[in-house]
Amino acid sequence: MLGLVNILIGGIAYGFVLFLMAGGLSITLGLMGFANMAHAALAMVGGYTAALLIGKAGWPFLAALAMAGVTAALVGAVLERTLFRRLYQASELEQVLLTIGVVYVAIAAATYLVGPEQMAITVPAWLDGNLRLGPIDLNRYRLFLIGSGVALLLSLVHLIEHTTFGAKIRAAVFNRRMTASCGIDVDKLYALAFALGSALAGLGGALSIKLLGLDPNFPIKFLTELLIVVSVGGLGSLRGTFLAAMLFGIIDVVGKYLLPEIGAFIIYATALALLTVRPQGLVGRLR
Amino acid sequence: MTAAALETRMLCKQFGALQVTNGVSLRLKAGGRQALIGPNGAGKSTLINLLTGVLAPSSGSILLEGAPIDRLTTDQRVTRGLGRTFQVNALFPYLTPLESIMLAVARRNGRLGKPLLALHRQSDTTDEAFALARSVGLERDCLRPTAELPYGRQRLLEIALALAGQPRVLLLDEPAAGVPAGESFELMQAIEALPRDVAILFIEHDMDLVFRFAETITVLVAGTVLCEGTPGEIARDPEVRRVYLGNDGD
Amino acid sequence: MSDVTLDLARMMVARRARWTTIEIIFWVAAAASYFLFPTKLVLLTQILIGGLFAMSLDLLLGYGGIPSFGHAAFFGLGAYAAGLLAAHGWGEPVSGVFAGGAAAGSLGFAFSAVIARVRGAAVLMVTLCIGLLLFEAASRMPWLTGGDTGLQGIEMWPLLGLFEFDLFGRTGFWYAYATAFLLYLAARRYVHSPEGLALKGMRENHDRVPMLGVSTVRRKMIAFTISATIAGMAGALLAQTTQIVALETLSFERSVAALVMLIVGGIGTLIGGFLGAATFIWLRDVLSALHPVYWMFWLGLALIALVLMARGGLVGALSRLTARLARVRTMR
Repeated sequence: MLGLVNILIGGIAYGFVLFLMAGGLSITLGLMGFANMAHAALAMVGGYTAALLIGKAGWPFLAALAMAGVTAALVGAVLERTLFRRLYQASELEQVLLTIGVVYVAIAAATYLVGPEQMAITVPAWLDGNLRLGPIDLNRYRLFLIGSGVALLLSLVHLIEHTTFGAKIRAAVFNRRMTASCGIDVDKLYALAFALGSALAGLGGALSIKLLGLDPNFPIKFLTELLIVVSVGGLGSLRGTFLAAMLFGIIDVVGKYLLPEIGAFIIYATALALLTVRPQGLVGRLR
Repeated sequence: MTAAALETRMLCKQFGALQVTNGVSLRLKAGGRQALIGPNGAGKSTLINLLTGVLAPSSGSILLEGAPIDRLTTDQRVTRGLGRTFQVNALFPYLTPLESIMLAVARRNGRLGKPLLALHRQSDTTDEAFALARSVGLERDCLRPTAELPYGRQRLLEIALALAGQPRVLLLDEPAAGVPAGESFELMQAIEALPRDVAILFIEHDMDLVFRFAETITVLVAGTVLCEGTPGEIARDPEVRRVYLGNDGD
Repeated sequence: MSDVTLDLARMMVARRARWTTIEIIFWVAAAASYFLFPTKLVLLTQILIGGLFAMSLDLLLGYGGIPSFGHAAFFGLGAYAAGLLAAHGWGEPVSGVFAGGAAAGSLGFAFSAVIARVRGAAVLMVTLCIGLLLFEAASRMPWLTGGDTGLQGIEMWPLLGLFEFDLFGRTGFWYAYATAFLLYLAARRYVHSPEGLALKGMRENHDRVPMLGVSTVRRKMIAFTISATIAGMAGALLAQTTQIVALETLSFERSVAALVMLIVGGIGTLIGGFLGAATFIWLRDVLSALHPVYWMFWLGLALIALVLMARGGLVGALSRLTARLARVRTMR
């Protein structure tokens, strides 16, 4: 029973990591209609930034995390300004191919610069080991993941629901042309939203190293998981992405524990079943 | 009494709280020429979409030659004898008009579902498609990509495509909309030459066209039928003049 | 403008189905390459198989406008079906290819009803899930598939009872050539049939097609089944000629590779898949020999450049070139 609680917490923690990484993808896919296959590469940028700053430069953990978000946002913004924005009007297929090109370049660059080995990350002592709460031993790092996940989620909800920036984004999701004709610089809005999504991915990438490890193939390994989370949740819906991320985090961890021989099979089967019944996603609207 | 070519019974459609079509009952008699007019937002396009199966009605039923069709998909309704043209040209830009018509002809002749059947070996499909293109006066342009054709000639292709299915009932959604004056004569000719046994329901804003072709006019306002009658009756109806003709000015 | 007569119309319809220069050059060059590069037969065979697989995707994507992100599922399933058959005592090659095609085609048919009813990005996701599902299933059943080490112990009987599969891949090359060519002919027939015309109609204007009385659901089911069958046959060829089936045959990377080959070669042309495969596999061979990472880097750059600059792939570039030459000639 206690074991199950810990597994459940592991699932929720993994769900938060998935949400951070997939949230930005949901924004770009839903808001800009841009199929960004390179989103997991931005998470990798964050991951490597954090791991190298901690391992090589001796930065404190939290500072390295923040820097991971900033670096990913910068890289994301540069990519958006130089490459991606040219393809906002292009077909989905062209967007997919271009961004997969970026993924390949990122993989090659990471292998060349950092090497093909698995990256480890050392977390500070206050995050290591277990926290004893009465009869239950809880993994500190997972609790930290959940805590920071909730904090980020709340600030994200606040940003989107209660600020003008969020209102503009919601307006642009609803009707791009109308928003533009209200005198809102949709172009700049897109760049900002893209940087925000990249920052989240960078944070997610940095936070995930301890759970998932990090190597140059990360962008392609996790791309599929992220795509599934986003499409099952419903494109452009953060609420849906959150639901799907939790669902898949928990199913994955619990499934691997209870039925290790089937592995990721359950996830993909669930995703396929859900997509068959609701192609628009859990919370999506039909377009 | 014989069955109407097309009939709707208390057809309703709601989008959320918005009632767009509200208990529309229409009877289009075989070979009839009926116009559907009404101010913008009266629900004319919604009605066409309901008839063709693009939208599902909230309640009510649709009968094609006496048989209910409201459970059928769009393509099934077309195989039962329904045809339509689109308000804004909805064609296949990089197919030629001939190829587009050939597709419709091949379907009607049961040539689909045979992936190894060479198209160019069945000259009957080509011949029939070419004859149709010629019948609307499109033979000169039928080998160029559709996207290269002037707008008015694309409208002719819309009509040819609808005719290729040999419909019993043809819905013309603003057939003259957007056609420049220089090209409209050919279009009028094509509409006038439509087979007499095909029942035609057309939506049109151009009142000259309506009064020229229609035997019956139905006025739709706010999703309900305001009145129905011969062109003469409609022109004299004070209510119609008030809500429609008077305001619109054309 | 001159009058268009019925004869002219008939002629134009027939011309659409005529062989183009590029098609003829490819198949002649592919046959000639056997004599020109006798030491590269294994690579050439892979090009033919890769091209066949890309062509199967072209039927869906290039003609029907239906994207598939998990097409390797059908390729890999065909490979495993043929491989398992041969590993368990039935090494007859031709029936093995049919078995691979039948297995993949059945799966394609089973999923086609789902795929035919979803639109847009959901199609990509559903096909992606199918691919991932099969990959996971195969990797979790090592007792059947050999898991990470791959399916081994494939013993092929002589082709048609006459030609042994030799170490140099001579039989393998001609076997793959003949199979790919026959399937190419079949695919040509398909795209030039009324069914193929309907497919193009859906690509051009999906929502208009039902109003011609044509069921898009049926068209997509047919296209998906045919495409999956051909993909499975290509996979079966790979299993038989390399006598091993790796998990990689089912991988996402292989699905992406097929997409890339298509774009490089030219989409919606059938032959483009083969040209793209030739370019892709040859470059991979050269660049991976330098360093495996270089290959990824250049592939990535090439993709970005391709999307930003060239449209229509190799076939597009070649036909633009011939068009320009023709114009120069008429101007003189």
